[in-house]
Amino acid sequence: MAVPDGRPGGAMSPALELSGVAITFLSGEGRSAQRYTAVQGVDLTIAPGEFVSVVGPTGCGKSTLLNVAAGLLEPSAGGVKVSGAPLAGLNRRAGYMFQSDALMPWRTALGNVMAGLEFRAVPPAEARAQAEDWLRRVGLAGFGDRYPHQMSGGMRKRTALAQVLVLDPDLILMDEPFSALDIQTRQLMENEVLEIWAAKRKAVLFITHDLDEAIAMSDRVVVMSAGPAARPIGEFAIDLPRPRDVAEVRVTPRFIELHTAIWDVLRGEVLKGYTQGKVA
Amino acid sequence: MSTRRIGGPRLRLAQLGLAAGFFLLWWLLTTPGIVPPFLFDNDRQAAFFFGEPLRILARVWDWFVVDRDIYRHLAVTLTETVAAFAIGTAAGLGVGMWLALSPFAAALLDPYIKAANSMPRVILAPIFAVWFGLGMGSKIALGVTLVFFIVFFNVYQGVREVSPVVLANARMLGANRRQLLRHVYLPSAMSWVFSSLHTSVGLAFVGAVVGEYLGSAAGVGYLILQAEGSFDINTVMAGILVLTAFALVLDWGVGRIERRLMKWQPRSGETEKL
Repeated sequence: MAVPDGRPGGAMSPALELSGVAITFLSGEGRSAQRYTAVQGVDLTIAPGEFVSVVGPTGCGKSTLLNVAAGLLEPSAGGVKVSGAPLAGLNRRAGYMFQSDALMPWRTALGNVMAGLEFRAVPPAEARAQAEDWLRRVGLAGFGDRYPHQMSGGMRKRTALAQVLVLDPDLILMDEPFSALDIQTRQLMENEVLEIWAAKRKAVLFITHDLDEAIAMSDRVVVMSAGPAARPIGEFAIDLPRPRDVAEVRVTPRFIELHTAIWDVLRGEVLKGYTQGKVA
Repeated sequence: MSTRRIGGPRLRLAQLGLAAGFFLLWWLLTTPGIVPPFLFDNDRQAAFFFGEPLRILARVWDWFVVDRDIYRHLAVTLTETVAAFAIGTAAGLGVGMWLALSPFAAALLDPYIKAANSMPRVILAPIFAVWFGLGMGSKIALGVTLVFFIVFFNVYQGVREVSPVVLANARMLGANRRQLLRHVYLPSAMSWVFSSLHTSVGLAFVGAVVGEYLGSAAGVGYLILQAEGSFDINTVMAGILVLTAFALVLDWGVGRIERRLMKWQPRSGETEKL
């Protein structure tokens, strides 16, 4: 049993536990309200330090699931536990890396990385030192005074990564963080994230539509069915040795085997999602 | 690309030349005895209706250098402008943030705000004169009613258009309600306030001058009113010239402040530095 305030109740309690989670959106008001069930019956457990990817066709509610884990969205049914304690309100132990740009445009890179520490009333000098350290770790030493509009997409993503990691969260939620990057920058950043993850060993819930990325980075890949009422339909442990290089690991035989096995499950759902998209 | 090449000392020279040409033409057409009258019966009338540039400039010179009596009036007008601008901006910012963050109050007040905004507010000047007297108070009040709505609508828009992702991110980073207000809503609203700053400073100036013109004992608007009463067209023109110059100075000052405070905003056409 976990301590109520959410401190880890021991190595056994998972970093995140979703049980029977369903999310139904209401659009419109009164009697004409439309119901849309995005996900239903989702059970998902992430052990401390585990890197789990969720893949699925577009519109299968992957991001919705992430918002539930973050506490930004309350599930219509089912329970969310964080380190063994039921989640109420925002998930204070989680860091969230958004798909689109989420940096505050009126703050410099350094200001953005410091923001979370400032909100937590960390003394400015200390916050600054920590933020500078993280900027250096993501390869942005000397770029602290840049405003987001003065940085490239890759630099903004690095800043966002530092912004999340400086708070030392137990669970890192990532929503297709690299989908807007070109392939070379993307592979560089994937490797960087893996390196940082290997050093820190935090639990990661990684959402992507890119199966290659999911396999290359994760300990476990969860496949979601096409929406509505999407749910996990397959789980694959990725037993590729670490440390991995995301570019090199893609050509190993084991990677190709895993890719084939997962794609078998995923393909049907992608097609389903595609035809639904065409009808809608 | 080609627009970058326009500028520099040559452009400044051409601009000065245009002003000089304008004044020269004005002088030629209004000085009695140079051009035979073609619009009026005699050649004194052009000067009566349009003023004479040399006398206007002499008037300005007298005001600033010889008699040194304009500073008091300028101080009054500028004080009114700055006060109206500060009060109107603060009120617009406060009310705009409040309404943007409480939808019920916004829905409740919506028709009244629309009504107050569409009312020709210059007509309030006589009422303000009754309420606040003929001193600075009534001019400031008029300026405030003009500035308030500009700032209010911009702040309201700015707060409602805060990026939901930036907001969610700040919340995930641990910002409480007050910190969200201070670090997300306010900066976002401020960018909209600054985009309306030129307009609102201009309107504060309009409020001050129109207020003075309608009834006062000091200020540049008062000088113009006095001169008009005695058909002294040269002084009227001189007053307009001084007002224009100071409006330009105010606008320039606002531009400087804006550039300093809004350096986080990309300027259009600015290339991304890598």
